Amino acid sequence: MADTVETLEVLPLDVLHRELGARMVPFAGYSMPIQYEGIIAEHQWTRASAGLFDVSHMGQILFDPDADAALETILPGDITGLAVNAIRYSMLLNDQGGILDDLMVTRRANDLYMVVNGATKHDDIADMAARLPAGTRIECRPDWALLALQGPKAVEVLERLAPGVAALSFMRAGGFTVGGVEAWVSRSGYTGEDGYEISIPAADAARVARLLLAQPEVKPIGLGARDSLRLEAGLPLYGHDLTPDVTPVEAGLSFAISKRRKIEGGFAGADRVLGQLLNGADRRRVGLRIDGRQPVREGAPVVVDGAAVGLVTSGGHGPALNAPIAMAYVPIALAADGTRLQVEVRGRLLDATVVPMPFFPKNYVRQGGKA
Amino acid sequence: MKRYFTKDHEWLRIDGGIATVGITDYAQAQLGDVVFVEIPPVGSPLTKGKEAAVVESVKAASEVYAPISGKVTEANADLESDPALANSAPEDAGWFFKMTVADEGELEGLMDEASYRAYTEDL
Repeated sequence: MADTVETLEVLPLDVLHRELGARMVPFAGYSMPIQYEGIIAEHQWTRASAGLFDVSHMGQILFDPDADAALETILPGDITGLAVNAIRYSMLLNDQGGILDDLMVTRRANDLYMVVNGATKHDDIADMAARLPAGTRIECRPDWALLALQGPKAVEVLERLAPGVAALSFMRAGGFTVGGVEAWVSRSGYTGEDGYEISIPAADAARVARLLLAQPEVKPIGLGARDSLRLEAGLPLYGHDLTPDVTPVEAGLSFAISKRRKIEGGFAGADRVLGQLLNGADRRRVGLRIDGRQPVREGAPVVVDGAAVGLVTSGGHGPALNAPIAMAYVPIALAADGTRLQVEVRGRLLDATVVPMPFFPKNYVRQGGKA
Repeated sequence: MKRYFTKDHEWLRIDGGIATVGITDYAQAQLGDVVFVEIPPVGSPLTKGKEAAVVESVKAASEVYAPISGKVTEANADLESDPALANSAPEDAGWFFKMTVADEGELEGLMDEASYRAYTEDL
């Protein structure tokens, strides 16, 4: 682990992480817990029970409710038609349709609540300030913490502490009280499991986190398992699987371009993105299952008949699958499920197969029954 | 049996002119869960301080350096089939490979156990 010269910001739960024996590493400008007990144990615990993640490095931003139309000029999602307490996954696009960030927007009674990635939040705010009409309220809330409670037992744990949260379906949110603290609770996450994301004042974060950790189903989970969980769930990681060089269509995220927006356009990069929707893109993000046990990592070339044709953008060991998996960009002709290709690691070619994502089935609780 | 240690957190034990090499408990704790090891084939020449094997944790791939020069005589097949042995028994059943000792003089620059444990205390 390289020494860093820049000053790292400290999470509201820093003292608690150290008390819990976390190994702290620099990430997104913060000192963050990469693991407590061990990545595989934490990964399996989250898949079987409930894991608590501190994601307070992420950016929480407020807009006025009538900023919806302006936001639609830089996001391809339907924001004006978003119902109160509904959450939409979307992307901040540049004028070429490249992805500057992926994010969540919730319409609340009195505002629009956006959650963006920690590593990109400062750039996002500067970009939005430049492209949204002058005077648009873009209110960053560094005084709020964000906790994620993820796993099949998250619902029974949180319902015990905040009655009513079990009635939220996937991608719905509402205001609740958790341990006497006013909280904004979203049924969403980044693990492929059922669960919640809980926004609370930073000053109360330790109290709420300790209350959650006192539940027998809950253990603290670090960034290492967060990464392996999202990888198995087929969820892209900004800065790795998503960059300004790729469009939503290339990234396999066309589902996030709302139907009305596909018809009407009117968002940054719409000409290119809608053109790709109609005619297809040249390349696509795919899932790879690697033969054998050797992990492949970000940056490994994808090879066909000895020629490099693509690049792995994230990869590693999938603990619940007990096998190496990866995401890669490949030419569209090689993107079909079942396509055999190779990945080069340290000069050796490993055989791999294009497989559907998620690698591990998602366990979301959608409206009207299980996913 | 005397054991030797490197600053890069490999250990080695000499038995009948053959060195058994592995990574230390300190190294495995730093790496976290080991999911794959790549050990050079029998007969491979190794040079002191150069890459000899690769150990992959969930997080990342790391190099294991040859503590001395020589030739690989055996790879630990148990470790190859169950890489988690590098975590559960790093200085015992989780050894990586055995090798010849080309130059016994190279052992002199290595640490003994007490020096190594003191070295890791300060890291």
